[in-house]
Amino acid sequence: MANQLELEDKIIPDPGEKANIAPGFDYASVTEKITGVVYLPFKKSPKKWLVGIFTAFCFVNLLMFCIWTLFIRGTGIWGINIPIGWGFAIINFVWWIGIGHAGTLISAVLFLLKQDWRTAINRFSEAMTLFAVACAGMYPILHLGRPWLFYWLLPYPNSMWLWPQPRSPLEWDVFAVSTYGTVSIVFWYVGLIPDLATMRDTAPDLWMRKIYGLASLGWRGSAIHWHRYQKIYLILAGIATPLVLSVHTIVSFDFAVSVLPGWHTTIFPPYFVAGAIYSGFAMVLTLIIPLRAWYNMRDVLTLRHIDSACKLMLGTGLIVAYGYGLEAFFAWYSGDKYESFMYWNRVTGPYWWSYVLLIMCNILIPQALWSKKVRHNIIAVWFISIVVNIGMWFERFVIVVTSLHRDFVPSSWGMYTPTKWDWGTYAGTIGFFMMLIFLFVRLLPAISIFEERETLHHEAKHAAHAVQEHA
Amino acid sequence: MSEVKLSEHPEIHGALVEFDTPEDLIEACEKAYSAGFRKMDAYAPMPVDGLAEAIGYKKNKVALCALCGGIFGAIGGFSLLQWITNVAYPHNVGGRPTNSWPAFIPITFECMILCTALVGVFSMLAMNGLPQPYHPVFNVEAFRRASIDKFFLCIESSDPKFEPKETTEFLESLGGRGVEIVPA
Repeated sequence: MANQLELEDKIIPDPGEKANIAPGFDYASVTEKITGVVYLPFKKSPKKWLVGIFTAFCFVNLLMFCIWTLFIRGTGIWGINIPIGWGFAIINFVWWIGIGHAGTLISAVLFLLKQDWRTAINRFSEAMTLFAVACAGMYPILHLGRPWLFYWLLPYPNSMWLWPQPRSPLEWDVFAVSTYGTVSIVFWYVGLIPDLATMRDTAPDLWMRKIYGLASLGWRGSAIHWHRYQKIYLILAGIATPLVLSVHTIVSFDFAVSVLPGWHTTIFPPYFVAGAIYSGFAMVLTLIIPLRAWYNMRDVLTLRHIDSACKLMLGTGLIVAYGYGLEAFFAWYSGDKYESFMYWNRVTGPYWWSYVLLIMCNILIPQALWSKKVRHNIIAVWFISIVVNIGMWFERFVIVVTSLHRDFVPSSWGMYTPTKWDWGTYAGTIGFFMMLIFLFVRLLPAISIFEERETLHHEAKHAAHAVQEHA
Repeated sequence: MSEVKLSEHPEIHGALVEFDTPEDLIEACEKAYSAGFRKMDAYAPMPVDGLAEAIGYKKNKVALCALCGGIFGAIGGFSLLQWITNVAYPHNVGGRPTNSWPAFIPITFECMILCTALVGVFSMLAMNGLPQPYHPVFNVEAFRRASIDKFFLCIESSDPKFEPKETTEFLESLGGRGVEIVPA
């Protein structure tokens, strides 16, 4: 069979919102379809992929340059000051870690809820989680001032016999984020093992077979191995679900445990978790829409996946909107003058424009997704997903900056302006993230092949069942 | 299968038969099991419900291992924090108690999750005997498709009922294709 990717000018149509996968696939052809992206000779790489990875690589260099300068000159090159000591580092940390959460949600929560449409996007979004956590983890370390001493955050026996403060949410964060990163890698790799075995058995040349063979650990698909495998996969999904909730809850504790107006609220944990999933789904859509077009994958990444992701985005977006509403309500209902001043300052103060952008991007524009027409218009969905990414970034900007810049005593008020180094580092991590995504789709099966086989098997069974009932 | 008993046919790993669908494979496994074979393994390119049970596999200890890992992680994490705050580095902040256990719950929880995941995954790999780069079934050319689209049953020579000729004939009677002897 000719590699479908080579038929570049022939666009494979989308089977529509009802199908997880286009009709006509069997176990062998779905394997060929997904591995074909990896086996495509380098010279035949889509031009857009080449341009994309090159651009991303330039931004990685920008990141290196910014970090290098930071190491030499210190955090003074950033726009942070007192009172706004957190700035871009924490805004971007929370933004990235939130993006990561959709990956775990798709792979774990939707797995437990037996949502069949997760199959085509779970591997990809787990990879997205890993790369987003890698970007997120960078920021608090860079923000330390002396990043080379980051290991002081870990409890280890040292010559000074000093131990970290385990009552601090910042210390909880160290454990939460590192556990999250580790469990995400493990979950992702466990999911990859059977597909790596497939790659070992199908790769066109010897060195590829050797590398994938080593990575597959000698997986041979034994029934007993599968039995244990499925058990641990279920357990991982079961523990990743509370993990993902705990991680963003702890991230929100970084704020909520303080006494600052605008941070000290009980709504923060649920509203942060919902926001994280919201932004993560937006990022999934931002990434899969171009990729499925470049690699002609409309028959496996169908309108059904996009439609479902849009609905989840709409749902979590409404929870976020409820969070904003409650913040406003409690600013008034608490009767606390600092709380109500904080809110008033947020809406009408010097950073009013960031609040307006936040409401517009996170609440108003995404309401268009109620319409089926919009959800089925790929360009519109892509546009909205980017708008939500921007909106969720502004949410963190509003939370960090507007709360810090005017607290209790007017003598300690200040303003925050990010510098070119802040922007450079931020753009650099986006480049780093994109480059990892580009490499991932080139080197590993971006869709779980064995789970697609399961989908085919289930659909065949259902079809047989329907025929029997008709007879 | 970790059987120490020496096989009567050390040069043979077993006999292998190929099927097109998971249903055919399960049926064949059930037949082989009721014919008295016990040392066998089925291979599939995806998890198939009921396949492990059809070849007589019952006890899955992965969950137990993961549970032990979780208990170890929770107790270990909590004890570490208690030890830090009460023994190694007790710190009196305005007369507050050093044993402020509610503040230790987040880290205890994370340690529990981490150990559950790592112990669970490593025990799954260990029980499966992975990593194992070489296995006799890989000697069969057709077996390449066990990770793509075909389903295999292998009756191993360590089974007391295994006789190269009779077992091959038995496998042929199951309706599969390409019965082959797997060299060890």
